Amino acid sequence: MSSAIAVEARRLTRTFGTFRAVDDVSFAVPRGEVFGFLGSNGAGKTTTIRILCGLLAPTSGSASVAGLDVATQAAAIKERVGYMSQRFSLYTDLTVEENLRFWGAAYGLHGARAAARRHWALEMADLTGRRRTLVRELPGGLRQRLALGAALLHSPPIAFLDEPTGGVDPAARRRFWGVIDGLAAGGTTIFVTTHFMDEAERCHRVALMHAGRLVALDTPARLKAAFGADTVFEVRSRSPQAALRILEGTAGVAEATLFGEALHVVLTTPDAVAAVHGALNGGGEAGAEIRPIPPTLEDVFMRAIAAAARADGGAAGDRP
Amino acid sequence: MMRRTLAVAVKEVLQLRRDWRTALALVGMPVVLLLIYGFALSFDVRHVRLAVVDADGSRAAREVERAFVHSGYFDLVHRGEDSRIVDSLLDSGRAQAALVIPAGHAAALAASRPSAVQLVLDGSDAQTAATVLAYARQIVAAVSPPPRRPPSAGSAAARPLVWYNPDLASSRFLVPGLVAFILMVTTVIATALAVVREKERGSWESLRATPLGALELLAGKTLPYLVLAAAAAAGALLLAHVLFQVPLRGSPLWLALVTLLFLLGGLGWGVFLSTLADTQQVAFQAALFTTMLPTLLLSGFIFPISSMPPLIQAITHLVPARYFLIALRGIVLKGTGPEVWGADMIGLAVFAVAVLALATVRTVRSL
Repeated sequence: MSSAIAVEARRLTRTFGTFRAVDDVSFAVPRGEVFGFLGSNGAGKTTTIRILCGLLAPTSGSASVAGLDVATQAAAIKERVGYMSQRFSLYTDLTVEENLRFWGAAYGLHGARAAARRHWALEMADLTGRRRTLVRELPGGLRQRLALGAALLHSPPIAFLDEPTGGVDPAARRRFWGVIDGLAAGGTTIFVTTHFMDEAERCHRVALMHAGRLVALDTPARLKAAFGADTVFEVRSRSPQAALRILEGTAGVAEATLFGEALHVVLTTPDAVAAVHGALNGGGEAGAEIRPIPPTLEDVFMRAIAAAARADGGAAGDRP
Repeated sequence: MMRRTLAVAVKEVLQLRRDWRTALALVGMPVVLLLIYGFALSFDVRHVRLAVVDADGSRAAREVERAFVHSGYFDLVHRGEDSRIVDSLLDSGRAQAALVIPAGHAAALAASRPSAVQLVLDGSDAQTAATVLAYARQIVAAVSPPPRRPPSAGSAAARPLVWYNPDLASSRFLVPGLVAFILMVTTVIATALAVVREKERGSWESLRATPLGALELLAGKTLPYLVLAAAAAAGALLLAHVLFQVPLRGSPLWLALVTLLFLLGGLGWGVFLSTLADTQQVAFQAALFTTMLPTLLLSGFIFPISSMPPLIQAITHLVPARYFLIALRGIVLKGTGPEVWGADMIGLAVFAVAVLALATVRTVRSL
């Protein structure tokens, strides 16, 4: 792959009947980037990935992966990408070794290269001593890493990982992301979907999809910076429940959520903080401690989705 | 191509080995079904409950009665002299047939006059009644003294001579059909579930994301089942030979080739259904629906195709068992070669190639 762009979508659209699963989406992912793809279920993430892997034809628009066109060069793309689908794809009734042998052969590997790549996958997944274990007997975290290894046996320059850490404990997720960072450092482009904000923070750039459209795309730091200072506050009071009820009805409060002992409050403008003070004092929650905090990626995404929903005429009410 | 097809086949074999019950069922089921239904399925009528009313009481009358009882087809359930009981015996079902020998039977025979022996039959089961009637005609003809007068000059007499199955045992005709029926149903079910199972567990999506071609995938998945189905077919044919006296008068090699083509068609049809269905349940239903009745009714298994209306006859060309049965019966019963059933063998090959091609196209298109 000579181009610096690994994956590019240009006005990509896919409809199922009248439903626009992917709606006029454009983006470019440079080589070696960890590109996070976020959005609620049904936002169009998996459909986009399936198009990029050559599993689904776009209705209109175009996309190229590794410099190849998804509509006309799907077969060649399949040799250059690794796809770890959302649903667990290994055969649970085969052993670790049998799975790796099969998926290696499916990717066209044989001989010494196949053996070397199996060795790599076993090392990466920490399964060297458990080659003869049936996959169904492995814990979720190990299975997930084995599935990643199986999808990358042919050393593809680009990996598409669709919710690779679903149902895996935090320690295993952390280790999984260690592997991802290592791959990216080695030049592999990683295209990953996730529901976890801590995982999104680890991506070089994140894209947010909502109702088939791309509503935000930038580095996590820039997205948060652009959110605007002084609009996110933490409120501590005697009765967080009472404070929550008061703030939910206060003008200028875009979002108020209970976060442990404190309230996480997002304002539409920095000026609205005065209204928050007034409402809490008037509502019997005087003496509440109100301090500005930096916005989280979640704040960014909630606002982006709310803005997209307003642009739709308030039709969309779903949240990630 | 070969290497990847083989990799898929090896994977399938490994899975079948862990799921050995399924593999065993695939091989053993046809033999078990043949054992059960081979005995049940027969047009030969035995143990017909017979009432005898002998109003004559002569030696000649007893001779007729004995001929019936000793024929092996009848069980004597009533014996008497009064014919009025016949009604109630047939009404109640205690007897299926009543033989009434009139008074004066012996006297008529002694005077060289014909004597009519009456046979009353329960016709509510027309098939059985017709068969019993045929038996009775043979028996009566056998005990009747030959006519003294020679037949008048110029009259023609049909002298039946039955080839290939001289005692007209229906098992020789039906068991090959049953073998075809059982193999068709089991092969289609075997592969109908094969692809859908991968869809349900989510591995199909990952397989399609690899450079594996649709044909490599489908061929690799079908291959192990072809081996299992061939073993099942060999078992069923051997059982038919040993237990049901189905002969093998023709070439075993042609038999093997024709059977393999038939199995491949069944497996291919199953794979095709599997590419259409999204759940194992739907695939299973579709497999049963498209194999059981067509193979039972439209293959010539039981009902001759030549007596069907033209439209139905045309439809039977889509039923692979039709071609297989002609070739199978030809090889085992008559010992004929491809000069007789070559077109049917080509029919089987065309069906197999067509359904596998359809399945491949379906798989490529389902992107």
